[in-house]
Amino acid sequence: MTDIEKYILRIADTTLILSQRLSEWCSKGPSLEEDIALSNISLDLLGQANGLLEYVSKLNGEISPDEYAFKRDEREFYNFQICEIENGHFGDTIIRQFLIDIYFKLYYQELEKSKDETLSALATKSLKEVSYHLRHSSNWVIRLGDGTQESKDKIQKSLNNIWKYTGEFFEMDELDKKMLKEKIGVNNKTLKKDWDKLVDETLIKAKLKRPEDGYMMTGSRKGIHTEMLGKILSEMQYLPRAYPDAKW
Amino acid sequence: MQNGKIDKIWQILGSVPDPEIPVISVVELGVIRDVQLIKNEYVISVTPTYSGCPAVKTFQDDIKEQLKINNINNFKIEIVYKPAWTTDWMTQETKEKLRDYGISPPEKNASCPQCKSKEIELISEFGATACKSMYKCNDCLEPFEHFKCI
Repeated sequence: MTDIEKYILRIADTTLILSQRLSEWCSKGPSLEEDIALSNISLDLLGQANGLLEYVSKLNGEISPDEYAFKRDEREFYNFQICEIENGHFGDTIIRQFLIDIYFKLYYQELEKSKDETLSALATKSLKEVSYHLRHSSNWVIRLGDGTQESKDKIQKSLNNIWKYTGEFFEMDELDKKMLKEKIGVNNKTLKKDWDKLVDETLIKAKLKRPEDGYMMTGSRKGIHTEMLGKILSEMQYLPRAYPDAKW
Repeated sequence: MQNGKIDKIWQILGSVPDPEIPVISVVELGVIRDVQLIKNEYVISVTPTYSGCPAVKTFQDDIKEQLKINNINNFKIEIVYKPAWTTDWMTQETKEKLRDYGISPPEKNASCPQCKSKEIELISEFGATACKSMYKCNDCLEPFEHFKCI
């Protein structure tokens, strides 16, 4: 696998696994509107993953987009660990979405400037969708944070629990540095300042307390994951693995 | 001769309806970006509305079917991402078709497609398809879909 293929797989896997997680809300949402909203967001992310996997497949020339999604094992996935954590209650899902939506927005804004034309075009497209997602998740953070005592306590706890998964957004390993140098990739470190600012703006409106940066989960860039990824893959990959080449 | 054929292809594409909103065609939706003859093959450039819109696959199949019915077999459909699809590409005429169909078209100052009132309220940012959000009219009390501006 070439460097650029691996680099694209990181963002492709992040959108794919988060999409799979969100799709679990379909038919189980707290209200019809939210059921539809979360399913819509899941679908947008799946589309983004599809565009990226098609591009990796084209660069690779041998592996199809479906094979990337369905034939790899845990250690060959490079999605952020935050995508794997269980949906929990609605507030848990909203906090996870809010924290990653801001990241996506800032990341895609930078990726838009990539000298790789396909990546730049996909980033522009995704950015439009992510702006909608962020408006949705921010509004809910404010509603729940500035809601009843119970909703406030619950979402503050969600925020405190999920915070440790946000460190991965801003890591720079050798591959990130190389891609940045070649003007293909993004400088993740510099996203942190704007991410902090945008997170704070909403948390203030939501009357929530920003957790301290403490221990941060890490490893996804090397294919190291939480135990939840295996369970997601077993569901996502079951059919194509049990019935190879099955067609609708 | 060849230009005539390209015009004919545009005409056929103009008869392929959007799978979700059948009152407008895929050309009016703005997803057909170009039709070109390259080495004896007609290349139809298509751009997706939303990345994950399931209708994209459906209308590609519909396009293929219609072209084949019209005896045009030497074509391929190419997906292009740049420039990204925008509702700005819809003409005023297309927007009016949406309104008559009961969908508030993509405009900054949305109004109720039934009674034209501006007194409307957002119910949900997301609707039955990725491209629409849900509103309610506070005058006639009818709920309606609004085509998002993107």
